[in-house]
Amino acid sequence: MNKIDRVKVREQDPKIRATNFEEVCLGYDREEALLEASRCLNCKRPRCVGACPVHIDIPGFIHALINEGEAAAATIISKDSSLPSVCGRVCPQETQCEGSCVLGIKSEPVAIGKLERYVGDWKIQHASQEPEHIERNGKKVAIIGSGPAGLACASDLAKWGYEVKVFEALHQLGGVLVYGIPEFRLPKEKIVAKEIEAVKRLGVEFVNDVIVGRTTTIDHLLDEEGFDAVFVGSGAGLPRFMGIEGENLNGVFSANEFLTRVNLMHAYDDRYDTPVFQAKKVVVVGGGNVAMDAVRTAKRLGAESVIVYRRSETELPARREEVHHAKEEGIEFRMLTNPVRVLGDEKGWVRGIECVEMELGEPDESGRRSPIEKKGSNFEIECDAVIMALGTSPNPLIKTTTKGLDTNRKGCLVADESGATTRPRVFAGGDAVTGAATVILAMGAGRRAAQAIHTSLQSE
Amino acid sequence: MFKIVSKRQLSPAITEMKVLAPRVAESALPGQFVIVRTDEFGERIPLTICDYDPEAGTVTIVTQTIGNSTAKINQLNEGDYFLDFAGPLGQPSDLVELFSSENGKRKTESGPRVLFVAGGVGTAPVYPQAKYLHDHGITPDVIIGAKTADLFTYVEEMKKVSNVYLCTDDGSAGFHGMVPALMEDLLVRQGKKYDHCVIIGPMIMMKFATQKAKEHNLPAVVSLNALMVDGTGMCGACRVTVGGKTRFTCVEGPEFDGWQVDFDEAMRRHSMYRNNPKNDPHTHPCTCLP
Repeated sequence: MNKIDRVKVREQDPKIRATNFEEVCLGYDREEALLEASRCLNCKRPRCVGACPVHIDIPGFIHALINEGEAAAATIISKDSSLPSVCGRVCPQETQCEGSCVLGIKSEPVAIGKLERYVGDWKIQHASQEPEHIERNGKKVAIIGSGPAGLACASDLAKWGYEVKVFEALHQLGGVLVYGIPEFRLPKEKIVAKEIEAVKRLGVEFVNDVIVGRTTTIDHLLDEEGFDAVFVGSGAGLPRFMGIEGENLNGVFSANEFLTRVNLMHAYDDRYDTPVFQAKKVVVVGGGNVAMDAVRTAKRLGAESVIVYRRSETELPARREEVHHAKEEGIEFRMLTNPVRVLGDEKGWVRGIECVEMELGEPDESGRRSPIEKKGSNFEIECDAVIMALGTSPNPLIKTTTKGLDTNRKGCLVADESGATTRPRVFAGGDAVTGAATVILAMGAGRRAAQAIHTSLQSE
Repeated sequence: MFKIVSKRQLSPAITEMKVLAPRVAESALPGQFVIVRTDEFGERIPLTICDYDPEAGTVTIVTQTIGNSTAKINQLNEGDYFLDFAGPLGQPSDLVELFSSENGKRKTESGPRVLFVAGGVGTAPVYPQAKYLHDHGITPDVIIGAKTADLFTYVEEMKKVSNVYLCTDDGSAGFHGMVPALMEDLLVRQGKKYDHCVIIGPMIMMKFATQKAKEHNLPAVVSLNALMVDGTGMCGACRVTVGGKTRFTCVEGPEFDGWQVDFDEAMRRHSMYRNNPKNDPHTHPCTCLP
């Protein structure tokens, strides 16, 4: 066993960062990265690789970093991931690679995410700006959505010679990477835009402002525009609300709306026209990454900010680092608390939220202990804005406008392990298939679909 | 980038633009809308499609200056570009449904008797629907209301496809009174019978026109101009209560059964950012709401 402690990563001071949108985590420098890399035991049967949804050769890139340098490490990662700077920042490493690192049993796991980020960022800074020359195979694939699933699928197909066109509904590329995840966790210009430029250098073409299902349809792309296959990576869909009284009061927002206004539309920046509601005290309902993003964004906009979650802290589905960061920034956590109605003033604006205390009972189908209401424990939290971060339900647009495309009971597209849907030539992956999940799972699905598209088109 | 191929001033605050957007023009149907953005710093603004020409590849929009963003739109000129012009969004009008199952034209005798009620800037989006009916062999009646005679828009176009009835608040043209009074006049004094009515205009006008329609047991469809961000179902800013249920205007609307719409809530939600510093009230001359 090595005796070096996990190298602490430098971060902006919590008091300062709670007032700005600059990135919280500053990442390793070369010296720190090499020291941390030296902690990796280079296991013969590395458990981390199996725990990574895209099976990055983790010990391989870490030892390449030590022995050959950043470029060699970047090459190893790029075999399995096209977005290392993104994943190094937003993956739930504690339940994946780092969660299975053997060092974690007796001390702390290798900071795999931070090392991936270091290598990814190095590559962004040192990448050639020249387009890559790849011989085209004459086949065309349309990708719907420029989020993580679409980008991953597009990169692989372009590398194999396909002519790839990505259709994006919004005016910016990146999907959830730009409208959902905040700047302080994932810088847009410095990182997301650069990762997308790398995909463009592979020859992938991007078209904004096309809503597939409305502006055009999958049928049209296949039958009229000469695409040989379509990949649907259209993302999560419509925000859920609780269905409680007062949810349409002025001052109640979905996390998607709040984050889209701030992230995609830059509402926090005076130069941009899109407004965001200036609250004094915000209650965010939910315990996932989106809830953490929303509550920390509200804090940065100057509001006293509270998380309300119906289970206990152990069950919080958010990345541990986000919860930790949120606490450091002064976010109040009200666990075992569930809203029963939103309270309004005489003009229809939010004045508070009535909640009830919860306790944990037997494990439910998710394996987590189910929250049970404590009768008569109702109480009010005063606030002037409520943000619902409760997940999403699928957008019916593509299903209703594409013949032969089945959805499951929940409305998600039906696709097999490879991404093949019930419609020939149409593949799907990411949140459109699984419901709201993570960037890395969407990327993995995009890559598997690329492989399946490649296999099916090659055999023609 | 989407080029403005022509621009016409309909009234001091209202302009009509034809925008080159071939994919949108090819797919558009009456009742749908687009989201436009003028520049990098601009808002995403939803605008109802007022006409479309798949052959020319153009889509017509009509914009009234009511705030900073609509002012930015109206400052653009022929030859300028919209940075973004995305659509068509939302569900097509129910009237389209009426014919899609019929495979072609209906006979006038058996066709539904349709009344359109248009107020202010809502007149332009009524036009493609009236025209659509006219193209399918039905000549609808159209009430167009305005504060005063100078503010009428789209009257000449509308006359080509419908029987037009004008009214003004100040009596400077047509019937002296607001649209519900003229509806009353048509329905009671003139004894006209309708099967269906479509009401498009400012929220407050839609509320009272719908009340009038309901009094006469006349089914009424309204087109709601809710606040939106993405316009594709992602944000839920546009939610409205219809028949006691929360609906998303952008994906389930913009047209809803007027009888079922909670207009008071819709108006309240519509005013959410009225006092936001980014929406300077000095550039907001709109008097559509009380």
